[in-house]
Amino acid sequence: MTALARPAPIAAALALVLLALVSPRAVPILALWLAAFALNLWLAGRDTRSARMAVPAIFGVTVLILWEITVWLYAVPGVILPAPTAIAAAFTANLRTLWGDFVQTFVKGALSGYAIGCLSAFAVALLADRFAFLKSGLLPVGNFMAALPIVGTAPILVMWFGFDWQSKAAVVVAMVFFPVLVNTVAGLTDTQAMQRDLMRTYGAGYWATLTKLRLPAAMPFVFNGLKISTTLALIGAIVAEFFGSPIQGVGFRISVSVGQLALDMVWSEIVVAALAGSLFYGIIAAIETRVTFWHPSNRG
Amino acid sequence: MIDRPFLSAPGAGIGRSGRVALWVRARGLSVLPVLTVVAALLALWYLACIPMNAAQSVTDAARADIAVTPDSARDRRSMSGLALALANPGVAARSAFTQARPRLPAPHQVARELWATTALVSPTSNRSLIHHAWVTLSATLLGFVIGTGLGIVLATGIVHSRVMDLSVMPWAIVSQTVPIIAIAPMIIVVLYSIGIEGILPKAVISAYLSFFPAVVGMVKGLRSPDRMQLDLLRTYAASGAATFLKLRLPASLPYLFASLKIGIAASLVGAIVGELPTGAVAGLGARLLAGSYYGQTVQIWAALVAAAILAALAVGAIGVIERITLSRLGLRL
Repeated sequence: MTALARPAPIAAALALVLLALVSPRAVPILALWLAAFALNLWLAGRDTRSARMAVPAIFGVTVLILWEITVWLYAVPGVILPAPTAIAAAFTANLRTLWGDFVQTFVKGALSGYAIGCLSAFAVALLADRFAFLKSGLLPVGNFMAALPIVGTAPILVMWFGFDWQSKAAVVVAMVFFPVLVNTVAGLTDTQAMQRDLMRTYGAGYWATLTKLRLPAAMPFVFNGLKISTTLALIGAIVAEFFGSPIQGVGFRISVSVGQLALDMVWSEIVVAALAGSLFYGIIAAIETRVTFWHPSNRG
Repeated sequence: MIDRPFLSAPGAGIGRSGRVALWVRARGLSVLPVLTVVAALLALWYLACIPMNAAQSVTDAARADIAVTPDSARDRRSMSGLALALANPGVAARSAFTQARPRLPAPHQVARELWATTALVSPTSNRSLIHHAWVTLSATLLGFVIGTGLGIVLATGIVHSRVMDLSVMPWAIVSQTVPIIAIAPMIIVVLYSIGIEGILPKAVISAYLSFFPAVVGMVKGLRSPDRMQLDLLRTYAASGAATFLKLRLPASLPYLFASLKIGIAASLVGAIVGELPTGAVAGLGARLLAGSYYGQTVQIWAALVAAAILAALAVGAIGVIERITLSRLGLRL
């Protein structure tokens, strides 16, 4: 790092001079980028806990600022790329609409579908686990299904269940079912022979073994499926709205706003979707840490 | 926790995760149970056709002056499909699998449509599913190559530069929890408005979706050599480039292939969803959309099955390449 540190500023300055000759407007952009990069380089070298938090934050903020500056300097029209401040303005101005869309898509469509899909997949997994034959048939099929473009069933399910949230929930059920199923079945077999033998020496029956050994041991796998499914649920609910929805919902607003070239509104909805997705994931991940406190990766 | 940073692409609508896929493969494939499950699913599908299509079956029968219960059309309208099928088991079962626009087409109807639109028409025709599949696949492959290439480059940077690791990696992981595919319509429209159309906008979405699995998988893979192996190369006085080419890169291949399989599936979803919002005229997504506009359920199902076959072929092709490459390198799966 130290050997690199000396030629690096010289090279950076040289690049700036060259760029100034070609395109003067790009200079502040590149200068800011280099400054932030240097700051991060310095922080990364220090390797403290706060540095590890600060570096990605600085990176993110820098990208936002550069985005803003680029839009201003090059006068990028709002129908191509709105500036972050414009998006923030649209976001705050339309809070009520965005909240309505959030409730329609996330609370009604995604959450209900997620609950139904995960619970039924869990039930089927428990059933399949009792029969080795069923298990060895369902696992490859489920793993295969999990790689398929299941969002494609959206037009069919919208046709069957109507335009409201029921059809979105149905798409979500179809999307989350197989990942949760495969993960749960995989998790339920994730015990060692020694552990199972111990349960047998205790005279534990099927249910005792299941609740005291195999289900807890399966939890890392189960939560892997549950976490993946959080994002899948949101996608299913949003994409299904492209095929028909009431006049509310994230996907509905995205497709309508794209048609009106109101890209600040589209970006606002993307912010909503991103926040909802990360929050949902974060909540499940937090529950996971509580449930699987015993796992090596949680005992740092 | 298992896949941390996790090797999957839920942001693209793909539920496959690398670790579980490897786990399933390690158990081996037993043909008989799989066939049984598939047969059971098909049987369930056929069975479901009867109540799903019962309303249409019974209405057709009533028009043909066959006695049905209940007699009046108004009474029938308020009944569910299951109740109608139970009230008229014979009528419902007889014509459940032969309707032109069923709510749920039977598997053989979908198969016949698939056969009719692939084998019986010329592949260049507008009606040919092969034509539509190729339109989607070409965008998928272009985007997949671009996205994976960039992902591998970024992963190499992340592994070798601490500052890149610290600044980019958290965002790469967070981005997996964001429903990225929701922005597909916007990308298409924006690129269209600046004059880019055709295959490229779809490829951009595909590239974006296959980018993060490649980054995450490659970072994991390039870091998989342990201290001992790295120390060994140091005792050989191996340069950084030699360490990369002879140790890190070969060691990363199993991870790379796991993420390639997820990436190609994600790319395909990206290309299909990319065809939805713009009213594209060709492609599997366009077939889905056209089918849903005109109520051509058989066409929708055929497009869906075609997409599934395409995904299976693409993932399978990467599996074959994986097997060949890894066995050439002397790595056993």
